[in-house]
Amino acid sequence: MTKRKAFRTAFTVLVTLILFVLLWEGYKWMGQQTDDHWPGTGFGLPVSTDDLTMPHSGDIFKELTDEIRAGRETLPMTVYLLKKAGFTFLEAAIGFSLGVIVGLMLAVFMLRWRFAERGFLPWINVSQTVPLIALAPIVVTWARLQGYPDMVGISLIATYLTFFPVAVSGLRGLQSPESSDVELMHSYAASWTSTLVKLRLPAARPFLFPAFKLAATLSVVGAIVGEISIGTKTGLGRAILDFAQRYAVWPERLYSSVIAASLLGLFVFGLVNAAEWLVIKRGREVAK
Amino acid sequence: MKKNNETLDEAVSIRSADKVFNPDSDDEVQALSGINLDIASGDFISLIGPSGCGKSTLLRLVADLLSPTAGEVRVFGKTANQARLDQDYGMVFQHAGLFDWRKVSANIELPLELKGWSKSERKVRSKEMLELVRLEEFGDHYPRQLSGGMQQRVSIARALSFEPRLLLMDEPFGALDEMTREHMQVELLRIWRETGTTVVFVTHSIPEAAFLSSRVVVLSPRPGKIHSEIEVNLGDRNDATREDPQFFQATTEVREALRAVEASE
Repeated sequence: MTKRKAFRTAFTVLVTLILFVLLWEGYKWMGQQTDDHWPGTGFGLPVSTDDLTMPHSGDIFKELTDEIRAGRETLPMTVYLLKKAGFTFLEAAIGFSLGVIVGLMLAVFMLRWRFAERGFLPWINVSQTVPLIALAPIVVTWARLQGYPDMVGISLIATYLTFFPVAVSGLRGLQSPESSDVELMHSYAASWTSTLVKLRLPAARPFLFPAFKLAATLSVVGAIVGEISIGTKTGLGRAILDFAQRYAVWPERLYSSVIAASLLGLFVFGLVNAAEWLVIKRGREVAK
Repeated sequence: MKKNNETLDEAVSIRSADKVFNPDSDDEVQALSGINLDIASGDFISLIGPSGCGKSTLLRLVADLLSPTAGEVRVFGKTANQARLDQDYGMVFQHAGLFDWRKVSANIELPLELKGWSKSERKVRSKEMLELVRLEEFGDHYPRQLSGGMQQRVSIARALSFEPRLLLMDEPFGALDEMTREHMQVELLRIWRETGTTVVFVTHSIPEAAFLSSRVVVLSPRPGKIHSEIEVNLGDRNDATREDPQFFQATTEVREALRAVEASE
């Protein structure tokens, strides 16, 4: 990414954020004036605008800098959330890596044996229709009974979400070379493995990176859902669970943890973006 | 032009070859029937014919990318399969088919990499090949930074990098504009003379076949058969040759053969 482009992206993000805050506050202000009705009508607003349902954005941001008591110590909220997010990030990263490995292996397997594609692909699709909320306790209980730390079960849930886009896009990417490219490798008497390594895998990269980006954000979702259903002692899921229980008295806190979760999602997305740039795009931008 | 004793120095020999696609099914297609063809070492042969005449299929039989349903294909006295395993031929397709994630030199080095050449050997060779196709300064470029004609030259360099004795070309200039195409033809003849490689060239362009080849093989379709063979002897060719009466005569001969093919349909 050029400097200018990076600047433009940062600018757009900032403007969007400001617009969102203005909308939030504008809606809230309007509701306060009209007692939660559309102006001049008797129709109620879909979301009420009191401080419990929609705290002031300023209060939410202020909450991030306020202190929170965690056990015996008192920390600024940002540090507290950062610590929790660090733990969740670790689980998501393990889940993501496993998901990428499993997804790629499945893609290669389905490429190698057509019957595997016919037999596996429907099951891979079905796997994603199982509600995560039902699956999570099963995986977690299984992992606990085996005596594994909770992190294992949670990472596995993240894996379950991440392998899917990698397997499906990976297979499409591996099948993407033109038949003449495959004939070319055949004319060199290249083995199946050489064709995979020198042709199919590099050709699959433009298909894989969008899948990795999706998988990265899904891995965070998987980790948080896993944490919530297992009731871990730490992690963003724990923070969300705690704050949700005290939403009635302290709504800003739940909102701040939601912001932390989406920032973590953005962060992993950015990591994959950076990796893509290193692997694919950097070389292509040489003087043209 | 060197033309050695054919029986001693034969590049390709095809004996009563048939090719049937999807045999014994509803969409069975007889692509080639009773093909007999001998190509001497060092020759430049064009295969021409209307679309669907099986000229690309015939090329793929020589390349062992397809197997004949009946008959025999021998390349340098071996089975086509053995010749492919020994990498006796290089292949150029209509689309240059360069791997866009590899730099130009790395594309040329691909077959050498697969053969297990060392990095330094590969580097020396790709430099030589870039000189051969006159793209010395473009080794560090990516394919998409090159024009279509330049990409096709890289593709030729890649096909010749391991010094195969036979070059198989499937409508290699079909996607190029006319001027680039004529320029590439002259370049190809120079490379052919410099390397002494045998060339089998599939085309549907009459002037291209007449200009390049020492022999034009005309195929007729459904099923693909050899209709006739036309000897061409234009000697040393350059751009002026295209305005030569002899060239006109050669294109006329090829054109009349193709008309006869159409008339017999």
